[in-house]
Amino acid sequence: MAIPRDEVRRIAELARLEIREEDLDRVAAELSAVLDYAQVLKRLDLAGCEPPSFTPLAAALRADEPDGRRLTPQQALAMAPEAEGGFFVAPPVMGGPER
Amino acid sequence: MSGGELWRLPARSLAEAVRAGTCTALEAASAGWDGPGARWERDVHAIAHSDSEVRAAGAGAAPPGPLAGVPVVVKDNLCTRDYPTTCCSRILAGYQPPYDATVVRRLREAGGVISGKGNMDEFAMGSSTEYSCYGPTRNPHDLARVPGGSSGGPAAAVAYGLAPLALGSDTGGSVRQPAAFCGVIGLKPTYGRLSRYGLVAFASSFDQVGIFGRHAGDVALLYALLAGPDPLDATSRPGPPPDVSGWDGGVEGLRIGWPANLWREGVDAEVVAGLEEAAAWLERAGARRVPFDFLPGEYAVATYYLVATAEASSNLARFDGMRYGYRDPESPDLHALYTRSRSAGFGAEVQRRILLGTYALSAGYYDEYYLTAQRARARIRREYEAAFSRCDLLLLPVAPTLPFRLGEKLQDPLEMYLSDIFTLGANLAGIPGLSAPVTPAAGGLPRGVQLLGPDDGEGLLLRAARALEVQGARARLERSHEVEFAWPTKR
Repeated sequence: MAIPRDEVRRIAELARLEIREEDLDRVAAELSAVLDYAQVLKRLDLAGCEPPSFTPLAAALRADEPDGRRLTPQQALAMAPEAEGGFFVAPPVMGGPER
Repeated sequence: MSGGELWRLPARSLAEAVRAGTCTALEAASAGWDGPGARWERDVHAIAHSDSEVRAAGAGAAPPGPLAGVPVVVKDNLCTRDYPTTCCSRILAGYQPPYDATVVRRLREAGGVISGKGNMDEFAMGSSTEYSCYGPTRNPHDLARVPGGSSGGPAAAVAYGLAPLALGSDTGGSVRQPAAFCGVIGLKPTYGRLSRYGLVAFASSFDQVGIFGRHAGDVALLYALLAGPDPLDATSRPGPPPDVSGWDGGVEGLRIGWPANLWREGVDAEVVAGLEEAAAWLERAGARRVPFDFLPGEYAVATYYLVATAEASSNLARFDGMRYGYRDPESPDLHALYTRSRSAGFGAEVQRRILLGTYALSAGYYDEYYLTAQRARARIRREYEAAFSRCDLLLLPVAPTLPFRLGEKLQDPLEMYLSDIFTLGANLAGIPGLSAPVTPAAGGLPRGVQLLGPDDGEGLLLRAARALEVQGARARLERSHEVEFAWPTKR
C-alpha cells in the first residue's frame, strides 16, 4: 500500500510540518514501508487484550497546595526567542501584516 | 595513587580515594579529561557539551557522599541547570533549563560531578547516534563503526574511559544496545523506577532513565542512589525500589530462559556464539538453562513503531518556536511560525516519526493502527509474564548484529528500526533489562548479551551481570595461560 501524496500533505499539515514537493514521494514510501510492516499484527491473536493503562493503581494524589517550586517570570522567559514586557511575543494569529 | 591513573578506577574506588583525601574531587572529576580522554574524545566525539569551569564548580560543590568527585556523563536529554540541554536537536540549540532533572539532582547530592553532556540521536530517535545535529559519535573500538544509539555518546565515553559511569535513556533499547556495541554494562530499570522528571519526553509510557558502567558494582551503586519514587513524576513506581545490595550474590540455582527460536535465523553467528558463551558461563556459576519458545520480535517492532511514534507526535508538539528553542524569523503569522520553525528545527528522522505517529492517531486510522498496537502491547506484556513463571531471567541477543558501519543503515529507516527487534519488548512490557559484555568477536568488536527480568528484577539482573563479569575474567585468565603454555609447541 502506498499512501497517496494528498494524504501525506494532510498528515504533515496536522503535525505542523512542511514537506517539500520533491520529498513527498520519498516520505510516502518510508511511511508506507512501516505501515505495511505493521500488518503482521493482524496475525496476532488479540482476544482479551485490552489497551494497557499506565496509571499506577496506588498513585497518591498530592496535597492540593503549592509545592514550593516556582519559576520567576524572568526564568520562564529567559529562553524565549522573543519576549517583551513579561510576555512571549507571537506574530498575528490570522493573516496579519508582514512583519 | 598517581593522578594519571585515576581515570582507570571504578566509581566506588574513585569516591573512596576522594573521601580518604588521596586525591581531590576536582582531580577525580577531571581524571578522564586529563588522562587519555581528551585525545580519545577528538576521534570518538562522545560529548555534545563540556565546560571545564562548570566541571570545576561541580567538583567544588560535591559533598563527600558515596559518589564523591565521581565524574558522570549525562545524556543531552536530561535537564541540567549548568549545561545546555538540547537533545542534540537544532530546535533546542542553546537551551539551558532553569532546573535539574531529579536523577541529576540525586546524582549531585551523592557527590557526583557531571563530566559532560553525552551525544545522542536527536530526541533519542535512532539506533546509531548518527542523527545528532552535532555529528555522529564513533565506536571507540573501531572508528569506522557506530557506537549504537540513541545513547551512543554516554556509552562510548564510559567505554574509552572518560568517566566510569553515565546516564542515558532507554525508550526502545537506547541504553542496552549502545552498551553492547561499546562493550560496557547498560541497565534499563523497571518502568517508573528512575524518575522521568527533567528527562525530555519522547514516548512517555516507554521512556526510562538508564545507567552505563564498566563494572556491575558501580551500576548497582548508582542505581541504589537514584531509584525510588519522585513526587514530581506521577508515573514513578510507588514503594521502595528493589534492593540491589546483593549484586555480588551469585546466580546459583537461577533459571535462565533460553528462547532459541528467536535467533534461529536473521542473527549473526558471532552474536549467537556470544549467547552460547554467556549461557555456559552462567551455568558454570550454578544457573540452569531452561529452553522454550518465545513470541517473535516482529510483533514488538510493529507495536513499538506505532505506539511510540504516536506518543512522540504528541510530546514533540510543544516545540513550536514560542517559549524556547529555534524560531523562524520571517513568519508572517502564527501558523507559518509553527510550521517553519518545526520543519527547520527537527531533523529528518524526528519528522519521519512525528508523521508516522500523527498518521497512527489520525481520524480514520486510529482503530486500525494505534488501538490495535495498544492491544498487541497488552499481549506482549502477557507473554513476558508467562515466561517469568518458567524462568527467573531471559537470555537473548541485544541486537541481531555486531556494531555496523557508519552510514550502513541510513538509507533505509525500516532497516534501522529492525536493529531494535530484541530490545523493544522490555519497553513495551515495562520490565527491566540489562546488557553485559562477553568475549569480543573475532575481529575484536565488542559483543554483548541481553538479560531481561520481571518487574523490579534489577537485583537479579545485576547478580547475573556480576557473574558474567567474574566468569569473563576467569575465561580471559584461562586463555592467557593457554597461549602461554601452547606457544612453544605451536612455534
